[in-house]
Amino acid sequence: MNNFTKQLQFSVSLLFLLSLTGLIISCGDSSSSTAEQDVDAQFTADENNGSITLSNGFGAYVVADDVGKARHIVVRDNGDIYVKIRDTKAGGGILALRDTDGDGRADQKEYFGEYGGTGIDIYDDYLYYSSDTVVYRVALGDELVPTAELEVVVEGFINQGQHATKSFTFDNAGHIYVNIGAPSNACQEQLRTPKSPGQDPCPQLDRQAGIWQFSANELNQTQEEHGVRYATGIRNAVALDWNDNVNSLYALQHGRDQLSNLWPEYYDSLQSAELPAEEFLKVSEGSDFGWPFCYYDPQKDLKVLAPEYGGNGEETGRCADMEDPIMAFPAHWAPNDIIFYNSDMFPEKYRSGAFIAFHGSWNRAPLPQKGYNIAFVPMGSDGLPSGEFERFADEFAGSGGEIESPGDAEFRPTGLAVGPDGSLYITDDQKGRIWRVFYQDNSEQVAGLVR
Amino acid sequence: MASGWLFPIFDLFITELLNYITLRNLLSFFALICLLAACSGGTQNEEATAESEETVTEEETPQVDAQLLATGETVYNQYCLACHQANGQGVPGAFPPLTQTEWVLGDDIRLITIVLQGLQGEITVNGETYNNIMAPHAFLTDDQVAGVLTYVRNSFGNKAEAIAPEEVAEVRASIES
Repeated sequence: MNNFTKQLQFSVSLLFLLSLTGLIISCGDSSSSTAEQDVDAQFTADENNGSITLSNGFGAYVVADDVGKARHIVVRDNGDIYVKIRDTKAGGGILALRDTDGDGRADQKEYFGEYGGTGIDIYDDYLYYSSDTVVYRVALGDELVPTAELEVVVEGFINQGQHATKSFTFDNAGHIYVNIGAPSNACQEQLRTPKSPGQDPCPQLDRQAGIWQFSANELNQTQEEHGVRYATGIRNAVALDWNDNVNSLYALQHGRDQLSNLWPEYYDSLQSAELPAEEFLKVSEGSDFGWPFCYYDPQKDLKVLAPEYGGNGEETGRCADMEDPIMAFPAHWAPNDIIFYNSDMFPEKYRSGAFIAFHGSWNRAPLPQKGYNIAFVPMGSDGLPSGEFERFADEFAGSGGEIESPGDAEFRPTGLAVGPDGSLYITDDQKGRIWRVFYQDNSEQVAGLVR
Repeated sequence: MASGWLFPIFDLFITELLNYITLRNLLSFFALICLLAACSGGTQNEEATAESEETVTEEETPQVDAQLLATGETVYNQYCLACHQANGQGVPGAFPPLTQTEWVLGDDIRLITIVLQGLQGEITVNGETYNNIMAPHAFLTDDQVAGVLTYVRNSFGNKAEAIAPEEVAEVRASIES
């Protein structure tokens, strides 16, 4: 009996000790653990921030690289990323990314979708995306690549070669707003031909050169039957977003090109490189921003009559009645996306402001090309800019100084998204790089060490 | 380590070589070399003659007409540079490059037609697709069209035959008829 008891005691003690050890080890793990390592990695910038420069206090790393011509981007609440690709060469028109080990970099990369394009967004648990002629949506589930049936939201857009991508955004009242670009530079009788006058009236304004509003939830709509022309006189607004703070639509226009090619008697190369401004627009229902009849001259701070319509660089004419931009950016910078920042990772001064992705110029030649940056515009509660813009993320063109041609640029910023934790995502369609930009408060870092 | 087996092999080789090199063999070898030199020298002479003959026949259209190139450069800078860029490489996704492509170096008539009539619809250039609109440039004179195409064909790393104003006139006439 004694022996048995001793053995029993021994076994029980051993068991107890083992369990205790096991418990201690597992507790030890959960405190030092994956959660903290994740955060560390997610807030560790790449060397040189992935080859760009950033404002003070910010860092960036490359989430995915060489993905194809990455256009617009959206990040789901669970951290999954969806990127629209301009074509389907890489295997699909949409790239889906998932971070499975928690370090912020994409591990799972899946291409799906039959159509290339620019527009993509998530609304009501549906992934919406567009080709050049149709807006689609598919319900999102738990899987990274949605398996539900593809639905058509809006179709029947004119098939056009120029300015064809259909980017879009949503308001808070069940509407989707689709940019329809003009199929020309300046609505000339003969496209891009020196001295060819503009068509008057310009027939392209009927179904293009503006922003159309549709129901976000109705399927199989067509432009002609269901669309409302929300705003007109916009040459091509690839960048558009709804500002929740003032419940209003904002967009940026790609201004017209080739003033000195087409009208050398009025404009030389230098003037042509600096005109017209890229317009930042506050868009209301019924807005008319004046294209093709007018362009914005940032030196005169005026909408000026286009030479196709009798202008000479000085006259205003019918443009006196057109809506002005709320801010003018340098000519030919090519705004490709805008997002209003409503998260709290970034410092106070960035809240409610707008980040804008500038693709960078092609039409400044023979002068050096410019743009190629992410600008930040602080916005007031009145819905207007409250200060000058800042170059928030820069040197996308490369660190070697000015470039002659867009083909020389290392990267061309194209899309923007804000993640669930407030980090900013940037895409590039030149090499196909995707960055995640985060802010790390130094004081928090010190506190972390003490812990 | 290697010396264990390597040295004997070398030894064998040198021995064989020395066995082979006799005075008689050396003299024969020299004679062969001289003969070959003479022949190739002769060939070189033939080639040189041929070249100079070609140069002679090319005098009517010499290396590339400087006037044509000058006209071409002016036209390029005014009308083409904006889209095809100062380095002729175009804009990715928008305007095709003019460098090292069959579109420029190949068929004369197709090239002239593009400048006169413009071009639209999807095309492939050096493996990339473009779907944009190039305006017609029929307002340029035959000299200007010949000039700019000759300039493009001899810039940006390109090297191809000049295009003559007469050729442009022919294509223009056939388009208009």
